[in-house]
Amino acid sequence: MRFVRRYLIPRLVQYVLVTWLGITVVFVIPRLLPSDPIESMVATLQAQGAYRDPAAVKQMVDTLRDMYGLEAGLLEQYLSFWKRLLSGDFGPSYFSFPTPVIELIGRSFPWTIGLLLTTTVLSWIIGNVTGGLSGYFTGNGMLKIFDGIVMFVRPIPYYVLGLTLVILFAYLLPLFPFGGGYTIGAQIAFTWDFIKDVLRHAFLPALSLSLLGIAVNHQTMRLIIQGVKEEDYIRYAKIAAVKEQTIFSRYAMRNALLPQITGLTLSLGQIFGGALITEIVFSYPGLGFLLYRAVVNSDYNLIMGITTISIVAITTLILIVDLLYPLFDPRIRFR
Amino acid sequence: MKTLRELLRDARFSLGAVVALVLILLALLSFFSPYNPTEWRVVPRDMPPSWKHPLGTDSKGQDIFWQMTFAVRNSLALAILAAAISRVIAVTVGLVAGYSGGILDRVLMFISDGFLVMPLFLIIVMLAMLVREHMNTVNLALLLGVLGWAWDARLIRSQVLSLREREFTYTAILSGTPMRKLIFNEYSLFVMPLVFTTLINNMAWVIGMEITLALIGLTNPDIPTLGAMLRWAVSYQAMLLGLWWWILAPIAISIALFVALYLVSLGISEYLDPRARIQRVGVR
Repeated sequence: MRFVRRYLIPRLVQYVLVTWLGITVVFVIPRLLPSDPIESMVATLQAQGAYRDPAAVKQMVDTLRDMYGLEAGLLEQYLSFWKRLLSGDFGPSYFSFPTPVIELIGRSFPWTIGLLLTTTVLSWIIGNVTGGLSGYFTGNGMLKIFDGIVMFVRPIPYYVLGLTLVILFAYLLPLFPFGGGYTIGAQIAFTWDFIKDVLRHAFLPALSLSLLGIAVNHQTMRLIIQGVKEEDYIRYAKIAAVKEQTIFSRYAMRNALLPQITGLTLSLGQIFGGALITEIVFSYPGLGFLLYRAVVNSDYNLIMGITTISIVAITTLILIVDLLYPLFDPRIRFR
Repeated sequence: MKTLRELLRDARFSLGAVVALVLILLALLSFFSPYNPTEWRVVPRDMPPSWKHPLGTDSKGQDIFWQMTFAVRNSLALAILAAAISRVIAVTVGLVAGYSGGILDRVLMFISDGFLVMPLFLIIVMLAMLVREHMNTVNLALLLGVLGWAWDARLIRSQVLSLREREFTYTAILSGTPMRKLIFNEYSLFVMPLVFTTLINNMAWVIGMEITLALIGLTNPDIPTLGAMLRWAVSYQAMLLGLWWWILAPIAISIALFVALYLVSLGISEYLDPRARIQRVGVR
């Protein structure tokens, strides 16, 4: 009962509030801009109407007007905005009219989640283990070499890393495909051949994401464990002749992992933004690529939809991690 | 001065500082450029590097070396401006939240948590798309500055929270020092180094963000920045046409810039954390 009152309920309240705040920001900020951006967006779309599908433009303008209710009072606009969102209606997409935005997002979402969730979690685990080892056993030559590589990889801008991998492994050494999520024309089905195809296509983007993820986690973990190593309880354990391996895995790693769990939560939040360049470089059919096409085509409905859904998805993911936290941290369980 | 000398003893910091200095010199060179960076076809097109054009020329008929000096200048100016804006917000929020505590602290931290959790990048893309026509260096700096302070405000707050528990705070309060004076005269000294490290990290974030936004076409490509140079090179298919110098130049310079900023911030943060410093020097 205490857990529910002191831990669960505050987290749930925070979840609802942050989600509300995020979506409200999406509503408010366009209104704070000096020139009315929706108005100018509508004007741009109407001006393009001559050589674009007029029905698409009209539909687009209608949803924008409806969603933002440009003529109505502010409160009324806000309410109608929410009503549309809650019914999952973001209007039709502009560049692939008349497919609804929600359907396009639904198609891309599994790709992004599959690629990013796996790489984020994997690189978190690997980076923490290597970082922990190299922070604890500072004398080891192999680990020092690894530290050096990480120092070099860490500051490389992401798109450079991605491009380098494409040139190396798709162009010079044609081991992996140039891009895409699966071979064009392949039947999407749960057969072994298709899964193998998907994995082959996902390899390079996953590698590029993991390399950077491992580097970041490695370095933070190394710093944390160097601090933990100086704590008194580690000294006592050493004096009491507890086996070095036990000290490392049971005492040092376990305590150092706690701040890293918060780090994992934050990097889950970055999933949607971080994927953009990856997906452009590898033309991977996820949310990032969809977003890119939306920007290129000024598809405001689609961008709105992606942003709103991402806010909900991220806050939910973080809620889940938060709720799992007591499993790792005994201090929270007994407080 | 003493701090600087001690920092320079760290090889990584000095390397970063030297690279940063070279880049700043490069940016200053732009004031002596013989060409106007916005004008096309001032030199022969697609020339490989030579004595006359040290980094070659591009398909727009611009000299890449001189173009680069403008790009570094604009990218640095953007980064400093945006980072300064977000520093003002982060320091204010951090100091006020950390010192006042209570309901004000809760509200401020709730807002900054919200900013941390939200897909900021998507929101930035959305806003950049809305102001696309009015996009210039100042507006971009405002956009990135107003949205990029949350994490640093948290760091500063936690520093203030620990300062509040120190002896000198109690002495100051008991002897009747007003809060404003305490914060500005005493605390700011302790918070300053932290502000500096976060400033450098934030600059790297801003430069990376600018490049990303430029690559997807949301900045003004007529203003030469690192992102704009890359975007032109990519959209003219420089790689496929074999104009490697065109795409390599901005990439090499941005890597140098990121590495320099990273090393400098690493040097400072190790200097700030004596535990790490002791381990580096090897004193036990």
